[in-house]
Amino acid sequence: MAKSRTIIPIGPYHPLQEEPEFFKLHVEGEKVVELEIEIGYNHRGIEKLAEGLSYDQIPFLVERICGICSSSHPFAGVMATEDVAGVEIPERAKYIRTFIGELERIHSHLLWLGLAGHFLGYNTVWMWAWKYREPVLDLFELLTGNRNHYGMMKPGGVRRDFADEDIAAVVRVLDSLVKPTVMFKNVALSDPVLQARTKNVGKLSKQDCIDLGALGPTARASGVDIDVRRDHPYAAYGKVKFNVIATANGDIFDKLVVRVLEILESIEICKQCCRKLLEVKDGIDANLTDIPPGEGIGVHEAPRGEVIHYTRSDGSNRPVRYKIRAPSYMNVPTNKRAVVGYTVSDAAITLAAIDPCYCCTERTVVVEASSGKPVMTGKDLLRLSREKTEKLMGKYTSRMDKLWI
Amino acid sequence: MADEVVQGLKTRFGAAIIEVYDKSPSRTYITVDPKGLPDVAEYLYKELGCRFSIATGMHMVGGMEILYHFALDKAHRFLNLRVILDPDKPSIESIAARIPATEWIEREMQELLGIEFRNHPDMRHLLLSDDWPTDNHPLRKDWKDWRGGDNGQK
Repeated sequence: MAKSRTIIPIGPYHPLQEEPEFFKLHVEGEKVVELEIEIGYNHRGIEKLAEGLSYDQIPFLVERICGICSSSHPFAGVMATEDVAGVEIPERAKYIRTFIGELERIHSHLLWLGLAGHFLGYNTVWMWAWKYREPVLDLFELLTGNRNHYGMMKPGGVRRDFADEDIAAVVRVLDSLVKPTVMFKNVALSDPVLQARTKNVGKLSKQDCIDLGALGPTARASGVDIDVRRDHPYAAYGKVKFNVIATANGDIFDKLVVRVLEILESIEICKQCCRKLLEVKDGIDANLTDIPPGEGIGVHEAPRGEVIHYTRSDGSNRPVRYKIRAPSYMNVPTNKRAVVGYTVSDAAITLAAIDPCYCCTERTVVVEASSGKPVMTGKDLLRLSREKTEKLMGKYTSRMDKLWI
Repeated sequence: MADEVVQGLKTRFGAAIIEVYDKSPSRTYITVDPKGLPDVAEYLYKELGCRFSIATGMHMVGGMEILYHFALDKAHRFLNLRVILDPDKPSIESIAARIPATEWIEREMQELLGIEFRNHPDMRHLLLSDDWPTDNHPLRKDWKDWRGGDNGQK
């Protein structure tokens, strides 16, 4: 019998994230041989909408692009506007922006960590990671008034100031996050099952990353040492100390390690900002009024990689053109190379490893190419992934006992 | 370092580099002749190790513009290659074969602005639905909703 090729459609809708993506896995037996990606199921025309809004309104619009890293887009957007006008914002506003950007990275990476655990069948990791994420959201509520969509960025500064009395509590919460993060790091480094599921799975070579323009932790895990916080310093990133985490192997394990270590770096950056905020008191707003004709670019290292916004102004209060590029736009095509050659049960975690929330597993149907009859549902795919973990757990039971007891 | 890069571009490509404008120490805009663009872009990407960030298509008064944003990370600078095309029949050579990362954005500009990318490997719709008319481009300034809508303006 000739090898029959089956197509497993995954998607088309991501219920959680802003990017509904449709992955068509072409499989032979259990092995993935090709991946087709279709996007555009929920194109909202935000670039067109932005042309009809004033520069003050745009941060609110672009904040709604993503619910997880919601301040990344306004962060890059207001910097694009400031680049057109060529204004410097007050030091204090820079530190507040940096703080918000890093706190967001902590919560976003913890969210990914939890989801990754969920897909692998480690529901403990899922619940613990989200438990530790909760105080971070509480911090956001304390400081900005909202757990999500903080509404902090405005052209020329930030909208709300931080109170000195809050800083001590903020530092306390940040300190309390170090221990669980280190615990997650040790679990990842020592757990044989987690290693078996993620090491040398979904490998992405350095050249693939450069070819496809991969960004953020996806690129850094493959040894592409890029980070716009360091390479194109903005806000207060030139004034705080941090390390850019880069590893060499490019598999899912490395992406996990990069993200966990980045949480620790972000905690350090946040604490440095807190110390500075107690000293620097030069206001939070540059009172930007007129935007001259011209063009500007704003970049920000979001949790998933570089966000870039471009604005063209004709001197009125609305942009002529507003271009937005989210990191997933570059990272999603890397899946084409990352899933090929591995099994269907690895696909769930591989597609999730670049950090789009992968909840479309719930909608997955395996269709026999010849008959068009569904043979597998989304639940089955999740079950496949978990069964593989359980099988490996059995294999490693003796070592597991030593580790966990 | 970036100034050396610009100087190098001028000596290497001569007349293809039409204008260089430093907006700020970290943002340089270089107007390039559309015919010479693929070579200049490839030079930035392969020889200088620039990272292709994204491209922006714009329907402006003076013509259809494309800005190719390249990040020169080691010099902390963005080099933006600008080409200006004929607004009625915008057409330029695709660079997707030379820089794979440009494949999606060229598809996007093709459908949203109607810019033709010659020799692109896969010119299907990226964001718009498959039944969207091929001569209707929403990001153009003269766009009319083909479904009879009011463009959101009541």
